Amino acid sequence: MHIAVCIKQILDPEISPRAFKINREAKLAEQAGASLVIGPFDLNALEVAIQLKEKHGAKVTVLTFGEEKAQDALRRALAMGADEAVLVAGDGAASREPSVTAKVLAAAIRQLEPVDLVLCGRQSGEWDYGQVPGLLAEELGLPLVPFVPRLDVSGDGFRLERESDAGNVVVEAPKGLVVSITNAQDNNPRLPKVRDIMMANRKPIKKLGAADLGLDEASASASAGRLEVLDLFIPEVDSECEFVEGDDGAEKAANLVKKLLERKVI
Amino acid sequence: MNVIVLAWGGDGSAPTGPVQELLGAARRLAGAGGGSVVAAAFGPAAGAARSLIEYGADRVLTVEHDALAAADADAYVDAAEAVCKHVGDAVVLIPGDRLGWETAPRLAHRLDAGLVTDAIDVAVEDGRVVATKPVYGGKAHAKIAMRGASQAVLVRARTQAPLAPDAGRSGEIEAFAFEPGPNAGRVRVVEYKHEDTGDEVRLEEAKVVVSGGRGLGGPEPFQQLAEIAGLLGGAVGASLAAVDAGWVPASMQIGQTGKSVAPDLYIAVGISGASQHVAGISGAKTIVAINKDAEAPIFRVAHLGVVADYKDVLPALAEELRRVKG
Ligand SMILES: Cc1cc2nc3c(=O)[nH]c(=O)nc-3n(C[C@H](O)[C@H](O)[C@H](O)COP(=O)(O)OP(=O)(O)OC[C@H]3O[C@@H](n4cnc5c(N)ncnc54)[C@H](O)[C@@H]3O)c2cc1C
Ligand SMILES: Nc1ncnc2c1ncn2[C@@H]1O[C@H](COP(=O)(O)O)[C@@H](O)[C@H]1O
Repeated sequence: MHIAVCIKQILDPEISPRAFKINREAKLAEQAGASLVIGPFDLNALEVAIQLKEKHGAKVTVLTFGEEKAQDALRRALAMGADEAVLVAGDGAASREPSVTAKVLAAAIRQLEPVDLVLCGRQSGEWDYGQVPGLLAEELGLPLVPFVPRLDVSGDGFRLERESDAGNVVVEAPKGLVVSITNAQDNNPRLPKVRDIMMANRKPIKKLGAADLGLDEASASASAGRLEVLDLFIPEVDSECEFVEGDDGAEKAANLVKKLLERKVI
Repeated sequence: MNVIVLAWGGDGSAPTGPVQELLGAARRLAGAGGGSVVAAAFGPAAGAARSLIEYGADRVLTVEHDALAAADADAYVDAAEAVCKHVGDAVVLIPGDRLGWETAPRLAHRLDAGLVTDAIDVAVEDGRVVATKPVYGGKAHAKIAMRGASQAVLVRARTQAPLAPDAGRSGEIEAFAFEPGPNAGRVRVVEYKHEDTGDEVRLEEAKVVVSGGRGLGGPEPFQQLAEIAGLLGGAVGASLAAVDAGWVPASMQIGQTGKSVAPDLYIAVGISGASQHVAGISGAKTIVAINKDAEAPIFRVAHLGVVADYKDVLPALAEELRRVKG
């Protein structure tokens, strides 16, 4: 079994609103002191792939479309247990454009040995378009199963649990599909050991450019995309919080109930 | 410009809340650009055709097929593609539920349309449709325009004002013949799982929601939350961190990637108030935060704040509620 996992390097989503700064001209967040990490749902997807590998035996290839520094994300994935890593070089703007990203990733996946399963995160955790998995499925002509907390091999294909508007549903699909992964108790990403991190630093990373994928430069640039970001700004929030007084927790609790009754909330 | 609203869900008597909102937004867009509003009503929603007109559609295309009753997304993508190609270049507005998120990118690919997901606002500026969406977990907002003759916007629920239904509005209703493509049914449903949250009140419909986060430190304090929720006739929710810690099932997660709730009262205990969490409670009328850190961002959205260790507050809160409710 061959599993491809698409991961994206993003600005740490956990940084506090106070530390968060933007460059309005570039229409991007400033990295400042924040670290670059793998998107949280991409980590869940990696964990799912590695668990499948441990259970059934599989080769796991991680791919990313991004700048040179996205190699760090690939190294982290190798340390978690991925076997091979592919960096498709692109500038930051192009790799934020979902339609371009999907085209580029599809071309890269077609160059790999045949893939049984393509895993993505449900959304990047940065611009959160939530589009690449669906676009990729269309590019590759494969079915999409989105919002999957867990899946397993079943017969010749896969058995997947997915979230839907009517609660969770179990589906079956043949080999050859794109899946977007959502977080669950059982796909919390593992922390690689120091030894695995050191080993991963010695593994090769395959680097491809647009030309290697048979794409011309222009079609792999942001201007070929379908979106144009006009502005990025920090919205204003006006807090109207009334702090409940009291000498201790119990008194605060009593005063809270009083306030809720006054406001006719309870 | 013409605007197409994808309408699904509901029991066929009236459009769902999110579809009513899309019709309101569609009228405003069409009004600014001088076009008409076409609603595509799929599956069971076709029964609400007349009501779609009352809420703002000029024309309704009803699309019915067995494959749509089964909520097979492959079939929905095929159906939406067929209707949109029939209507021609337009701005397509899509509900922000899971079916919408699943359908939208695939539809956009087939229409060669730009797509903005999770829009909280959509307007015409300098002749272009511009959608505003939260990015970086809501810490910033981006205004995005779409390129191409066909454009699509997936709109977050509870962000658009619906129009008051007007029984006097007129419009056309037309049945649209549709056959799913060869790919429909590649993914087969084998089981519907029923959520067992242990709650009698469904989280999405609860009037009171008491949620816990990482600050609770373990699964046990959720019992206390359940007791308080029980006293108020409410349900218990959680943050992603509490779900990932394995303390509660994912069905209890509230936020951008969990459930959206709109209770009269939301009590957040030991939750920092990350924007991704807060995205799920924008419909809450009164928000109470209990957190030991006075600087926690949750206090920026809370109406009533209690700065304290939850361990010192919850027992007294339960007792006090028993007293006033008993
Ligand atoms: C793309 C994306 C989507 C996401 N979707 C969601 C989502 O749908 N829902 C969601 O919730 N999160 C989501 N997250 C995660 C989110 O960013 C936060 O990591 C998460 O909400 C934090 O959970 P928390 O508030 O429980 O934990 P923390 O941020 O760790 O906060 C714990 C809080 O508890 C307080 N505390 C500690 N001890 C006590 C005590 N004894 N008494 C009182 N207070 C105490 C602390 O002061 C702190 O404020 C998403 C993240 C990303 C990147
Ligand atoms: N530049 C990229 N390189 C690799 N995978 C990506 C990239 N962008 C998005 N993805 C994948 O697609 C998912 C959804 O991304 P998005 O549509 O941007 O929210 C992510 O969680 C990744 O799995």
